[in-house]
Amino acid sequence: MVALTSAEQAMLQGDDGKAVQKAMELLVRYADALGAESFVETNNVAGVPGSSPPWVKEYYADDGGDYRAVFCRFDLDADEVFDVPRMNAFSCHLQGGMDPQLWREQGMDDAAHDNFVSDEGDVAGHGIQILKTCTPYLAGNVPVMGEHCAWMESSAVVFANSVIGARTNCEGRESTSAAMLAKRIPDWGFHRDEYRKGHHSVEVQVPVDSIYEWGMLGYYVGDAVEDSIPVITGDISDPSLIRHKHFGAAAASSGGVEMYHMVGITPEAPSVETAFGGAPRGERFVYDQAARARIYETLNSVGSCEDVDYVMLGCPHYSIEQIAQAAAMIDGRKVHENSALWIFTSRAVKATADANGYTEILRKAGAMLMTDTCSAISQAIPQGTKVAALDSAKQVHYLPAMMGIEGWYGTTQECIDAACTGKWKGRLQ
Amino acid sequence: MSGQASGTLEKPRLVIHGRKVVGGVAEGEALVTKETISGWGGVNAMTGTVIESRHELKGVSFAGKILIFPGAKGSSGWSGLFHMTRLRGTAPLAMVFNIMTTKAALGAVVMRVPTVTECDADPLEVIQTGDWVRVDGDAGTIEVWDSKPGG
Repeated sequence: MVALTSAEQAMLQGDDGKAVQKAMELLVRYADALGAESFVETNNVAGVPGSSPPWVKEYYADDGGDYRAVFCRFDLDADEVFDVPRMNAFSCHLQGGMDPQLWREQGMDDAAHDNFVSDEGDVAGHGIQILKTCTPYLAGNVPVMGEHCAWMESSAVVFANSVIGARTNCEGRESTSAAMLAKRIPDWGFHRDEYRKGHHSVEVQVPVDSIYEWGMLGYYVGDAVEDSIPVITGDISDPSLIRHKHFGAAAASSGGVEMYHMVGITPEAPSVETAFGGAPRGERFVYDQAARARIYETLNSVGSCEDVDYVMLGCPHYSIEQIAQAAAMIDGRKVHENSALWIFTSRAVKATADANGYTEILRKAGAMLMTDTCSAISQAIPQGTKVAALDSAKQVHYLPAMMGIEGWYGTTQECIDAACTGKWKGRLQ
Repeated sequence: MSGQASGTLEKPRLVIHGRKVVGGVAEGEALVTKETISGWGGVNAMTGTVIESRHELKGVSFAGKILIFPGAKGSSGWSGLFHMTRLRGTAPLAMVFNIMTTKAALGAVVMRVPTVTECDADPLEVIQTGDWVRVDGDAGTIEVWDSKPGG
């Protein structure tokens, strides 16, 4: 049974109100399920509090069928409904279900949009920041090394742990909603020093020096080490934010990687010995030309038809650097009449894209820059889509399976060319 | 053992012991996979069916089964997705898994199904799909029969 401080005991007894009490009750059940011995305090929480599709609200019709009912019954898994105050922790809402302006283009109806607007009003009303992105670190929430966070979103979690050195497990909706009220999360896993050490080695023997290569390596690493912590050495170079973003998202999708060490690149891996916390151990994987070719085949195993009717970019949400690149690639060209190009980012980044004229360049080319969501989260694709092209290993992992379509993985240039010609010409670069 | 399983006196083929994740007792047919399971993006909550490309359970539903698997992987939407299976009536009856993660722990908690981990024998090796299994979360025991006792 998890040990409680006097403050935590008081919360559990209801001294800080019913909502905090119910949040603490859920966190205690969760801590005991994990086998955690105590909680850590957190003041940086990112989740998807209270937002829900209409069917979930209908399920709680007897409890009012509103945001309050969903937050109490689903998010806090409580058996009763009560008033929910403003959140106590610094809290952020991650990605949502539709673009606030282009929702009709995404195929949403008025009822779904009304539900979205209503939920967002409640989220803001509870003091939760409307970041609406899977990349909170690009939209105003950048944790620092050693900071205890409670984040959802596997690609953001792996980024926070590995690239920044912040500390978070891959939390879920219910634990983050509870942490927003109680400012506590189980002291388990990545909050603890001993848990952050490497398990297996990955030696990179082919040059990995572009976002495309980093994405494929990430997919390989997740497949190889599953949910363990890899220590990556060898021919990996030119680190940048967007490369880490794609690498981590891919590794978290093909496996369950929540932290990785790249020796000489990530902050907790100045040396192989430090990354492992002693001598190297575990298995040794080699990423060579054969492994690279195999991963490319795997990523493209759900593609056969070369007529591409949809190109989706922005998984994880594009940075302003990526939007600038995409705009430069498509400037003066047109999206093919048989195809569509949707690019996803956060509202914060889109504001910069608007100011720089990128949104307009994309619009003139027949593409759309969308915010808040992506095709996998919203399950929104252009009507009649059969074949999608994607520059994200994570997205090609999820979208075809979820939507029952074919998918191709390639470079951003190959994807934009496919959008402009309607044909897939990608090949292993 | 309580001896109340299916009201039968038939002894289980096997009893293994582990640690409680979530309490409660449930019994039913085992669905065993040696592959980790994605929640959001890997399962259709409306039917409890695995949809992940290339997964050995692709197209198979765990609704009403005792789900025996290595652990959770993928999106942080794992708990939310499995939580929705509880609402839709497509959740497994109980779970047994090997690798503890925040996803699997939270998912088990909000699904409110008996769940056991850290077993003294590898459940993926000693239990087969189709076996009849009784999971006692509070006691941390898993009893296994070749088929439903008395059935």
